[in-house]
Amino acid sequence: MRERLEALSSEAALAIQQVTTLEELRELKVKYLGKKGELTGVLRGMGSLSPEERPVIGSLANEIRNHLDQLITGKEAALQAAALEEQLAKETIDVTLPGVKRNVGSLHPLHLIIEKIEDIFVGMGFEVAEGPEVETDKYNFEALNMPQEHPARDMQDSFYITPELLLRTHTSSVQVRTLEKKEGYVPVRIICPGKVYRRDDDDATHSHQFTQIEGLVVDRGVSMSELNGVLLSFIEKIFGEGTEMRLRPSYFPFTEPSVEVDIYHPEKGWIEILGAGMVHPRVLEKAGYNPERYSGFAFGMGVERIAMLKYDIDDIRHFYNNDLRFLRQFKTV
Amino acid sequence: MLVSYEWLSQYVDLEGITPEDIAEELNRTGIEVEVIYTRDPGVSGVVIGEVLSVEPHPHADRLKVCMVNVGKGQILQIVCGAKNVAAGQRVPVALVGAKLPGGVHIKKAELRGIESNGMICSAKELGFPEKVLMKEQTEGILVLEKEAPVGGDIKEYLGMNDQVIELQLTPNRSDCLGMVGVAYEIAAIFDRELRLPMITETAPQYDSPVNVYIESEEDCPFYAVQVVHNLQVGPSPQWMQNRLISAGIRPINNIVDITNYVMLEMGQPLHAFDYDRIGGGQIVVRRAQEGEQITTLDGTVRTCDPEMLLITNGEEPLAVAGVMGGESSEVTGQTVSVLIESAFFDPMLVRQGARKLAMRTEASARFEKGVDPEQIVPALNRAVQLLCQLAGGVAGSEPVVHKVGDIDDIIVELRHERLVNLLGVQISQPEVLDIFRRLRFPVRMDDGLYEVQVPTRRPDVMIEVDLIEEVARIFGYDRIPTTLPWGQQPPGGLTREQKLRRTIRHTLRNMGLHEVLTYSLTSEQTEAEVESLEPQARPIHLAMPMSSEHAILRTTLLPQLIETAAYNINRGNDRVSIFELGRTYLTSEEQLEQLPLERYELAGVVTGKKEPSIWKEKELPAGDFYEVKGMLEALFTRLGVYGVEFRAARPKGFHPGRTAEMVIEEQVIGILGEIHPQLARKYDLEHPVAFQIDVEKLLSAIDEEIIYEPIPRYPAVTRDLAVIVDENVPVGELEEGIWEEAGELLKSVSLFDVFTGEQIGEGKKSVAFSLVYRASNRTLTDEEVNRVHDSVVAFLSSAFGAKLRQ
Repeated sequence: MRERLEALSSEAALAIQQVTTLEELRELKVKYLGKKGELTGVLRGMGSLSPEERPVIGSLANEIRNHLDQLITGKEAALQAAALEEQLAKETIDVTLPGVKRNVGSLHPLHLIIEKIEDIFVGMGFEVAEGPEVETDKYNFEALNMPQEHPARDMQDSFYITPELLLRTHTSSVQVRTLEKKEGYVPVRIICPGKVYRRDDDDATHSHQFTQIEGLVVDRGVSMSELNGVLLSFIEKIFGEGTEMRLRPSYFPFTEPSVEVDIYHPEKGWIEILGAGMVHPRVLEKAGYNPERYSGFAFGMGVERIAMLKYDIDDIRHFYNNDLRFLRQFKTV
Repeated sequence: MLVSYEWLSQYVDLEGITPEDIAEELNRTGIEVEVIYTRDPGVSGVVIGEVLSVEPHPHADRLKVCMVNVGKGQILQIVCGAKNVAAGQRVPVALVGAKLPGGVHIKKAELRGIESNGMICSAKELGFPEKVLMKEQTEGILVLEKEAPVGGDIKEYLGMNDQVIELQLTPNRSDCLGMVGVAYEIAAIFDRELRLPMITETAPQYDSPVNVYIESEEDCPFYAVQVVHNLQVGPSPQWMQNRLISAGIRPINNIVDITNYVMLEMGQPLHAFDYDRIGGGQIVVRRAQEGEQITTLDGTVRTCDPEMLLITNGEEPLAVAGVMGGESSEVTGQTVSVLIESAFFDPMLVRQGARKLAMRTEASARFEKGVDPEQIVPALNRAVQLLCQLAGGVAGSEPVVHKVGDIDDIIVELRHERLVNLLGVQISQPEVLDIFRRLRFPVRMDDGLYEVQVPTRRPDVMIEVDLIEEVARIFGYDRIPTTLPWGQQPPGGLTREQKLRRTIRHTLRNMGLHEVLTYSLTSEQTEAEVESLEPQARPIHLAMPMSSEHAILRTTLLPQLIETAAYNINRGNDRVSIFELGRTYLTSEEQLEQLPLERYELAGVVTGKKEPSIWKEKELPAGDFYEVKGMLEALFTRLGVYGVEFRAARPKGFHPGRTAEMVIEEQVIGILGEIHPQLARKYDLEHPVAFQIDVEKLLSAIDEEIIYEPIPRYPAVTRDLAVIVDENVPVGELEEGIWEEAGELLKSVSLFDVFTGEQIGEGKKSVAFSLVYRASNRTLTDEEVNRVHDSVVAFLSSAFGAKLRQ
């Protein structure tokens, strides 16, 4: 009987090893280990054995059952893994095909720059002030120390609607309006972004409409060295750490002393980037601030100019033609 | 202002200072230098020759054979074609090997069998621009003065080695409209010696009558004239012509040149009247009468008005004061006596007059900024002195001077402490005093207070802060330290509206739209294509537009967005989805008196071929209405704007059957729709969908309050509802009915199908919704749900004739 059991065991082991499908494996399990299976069949003959032999054969039979069980479980796992492998191989996709398209829009580059500049100055405690684009002669010129027939008006040829109303030529008008609204309160720290208009023929470097950002700080004891500091910190944030800046004396009717600010461009050399100065005492006075007690500085820049310099754009008209091939390139600043 | 380096070097010590140094330092201290250029356009090997003889060419009628002495004993045979060549002339001769502008090389040549060893040059061949040439110099060879040194270098002789520094003057620096003023500036910057010309009054040898009457002393507070007789009109000396040409001024004759020369030298414009043509030496300065006419030097008849000042002889106008002289008293070749005028005219009058007559002259440019009163008499003296020296003149009268009051010394005080505080620099009192010394501003200092006597040549320096700027610019802006503002730091930040406008723009960007920026000024025609959200708004017209394209302020953004869409489609951008958030300018006034309302509007256009979202999809047609509607709905949700109704509407410019107004609480906040096919066709666009929204109304509809609802604990029951209704029943109304009838158990309604077809029946459509019911405090039973659902069905049936679809 022992011989029969051992022969059965090795026969079954071989069969399990050779099986290739889970179905066959299940059949084998029934064939050898099932209730009516061959192992049970052999054991059925145990009655003819002597009482001494019975436990020995019984335990041998259990060993064989366990052994075969293990083989089957192992084989089962192997076959399942292979089946999964085969299944997954069939599911293979081409990962290089493009993804489902999501449209990516864009913000206008001038607005991207304005937002960036706003954020820089908000971080320094500035508020963003706005004002009308159709302005009175008073706010656009007179309150800024440019009375009628002042030669400096030639620097900014304007679009008049009536003798008293015009399209603002700079956002400096907002500074005056804001000062008036603040009624002598300090500190004043504002920037004023917005559209401005001048009588220029549109060409690669001129536009009858363009965008300015002006800034104004008024407080007790504001000095030119602070103007210098604020501008340098701004310029480094826009054009990168270590950007060199220089101030040149200049002239604006509403600031004194006045400066032009240049930055150093590695290829183009010194480039004028903005105008600034200490607020003219007459401007403070007209807005209700005593120039003996308060001082301030102001600065103004053309947003197009900064964008053109930053991205090496050669024609200002691109900003207003709105060709999508142009606009799409500006995702962030 | 064009500054000749050679001329400047006469007035200030420039030893060791190059034109480039001057440019750099002027830029650093406040005067922008546009460019430096040399007068030499590339001439070499040209010398002064003397024409000894001129013989006809044996084989050519138009050519002449000249023998020319070019110095050092060298006599050349040169064939010349110029009509004006004559024996005895001094002329520029390009020797063999010479170079002329335009790549011309002079070689030995044979012209019709006669050898020619060089070329006699015209002014143009030497590279002189026509605008600085006298008429007779524009044709033929250039004939030089009799005294021109034979054999001398032509470049030296004609001032072509000079370098010109072009200044870009700001309006405050009128002092630098004269060489003497520039010399003061250079002397201050480089701390150099000044060498100004010696000016003396010329004693008269006659006593010719001169009577000056000033009608309005406010218009002309200072007026000086002097008569010069015995003049011989001719060319001015070459050195003077050279300097005028460097300054960009054409030499005319010695008298006119001298007046121009003194103007360029001292910044004081002068005028020379032909004394014999003004009738007796009577001068009356008065306002013009309305419509009074004068023929100016340029031969044009000018019509004047009482806002212009005239110089007259008591009857006839002789000149428009400060702008241009009249033809009737012009200096001519026959002139022997002149009346030289040097004056101060009211800057505003000159400015207005020049602008009205469209004559901006060298003189008016100086008068309108206010000339230096201290230089009026010296400039007159200088001119008379030069007329006597260079044009054979003798003074015919004393200088006649009319002056209102005296010129007071202008004293401006400067506090050292104020200077230090405003600039934020450490600067000592001796340093400040030294700067005033260099500027040649006399100063007294006492206990930290400077009393500065500002010279009249610097009218721009009026108050303390002007002196601070003077000190700062000479001290050097590069020496101002960098500090950060101290004191109270305000919080800063954006306002609610500013933040929300950003949110709108960023949200649309995230949905795939591109932001554009169009002009505020547009044409009447474009503007009229689409109705503004404010139909009563009247467009605001510019008084003097530069073109009809940019003549009025927009009252709607859409027309230009449509143009932008067309611009892109025409350039091969297949899909255009753009938006703009910008101001419209609204008024109801016909003649603008109040500032208009500037209101932010949001507008967009979507058109063109839709890009498939994945490669295996087909290109979808352009039915974009619902796509854009979905974007706007998402935007409203993002902003917290609820309850926007879309109601069919027919505004101008839109498709009458495919357009909705967006309404919140019975207020129209915007329009969404397909552009009218006629308009779309005009721009070659296919089914463009557009929207315009009043941003202020939109923002005011934002519900900022967030009411938290607990996450539901009981399950929901979903029931589908498919009904058949007449085709023209709006789905929105069905949905509204469902909500109204179902009550609070209904949590959501979503449309999942709409279709028409034979099986539904002619004129009918099937509409299918999915309804979700839920209670917050219990699990709903089937019976409860059925009761509500059945009542919804019944309601739709009675209100819309809806039949439940089986």
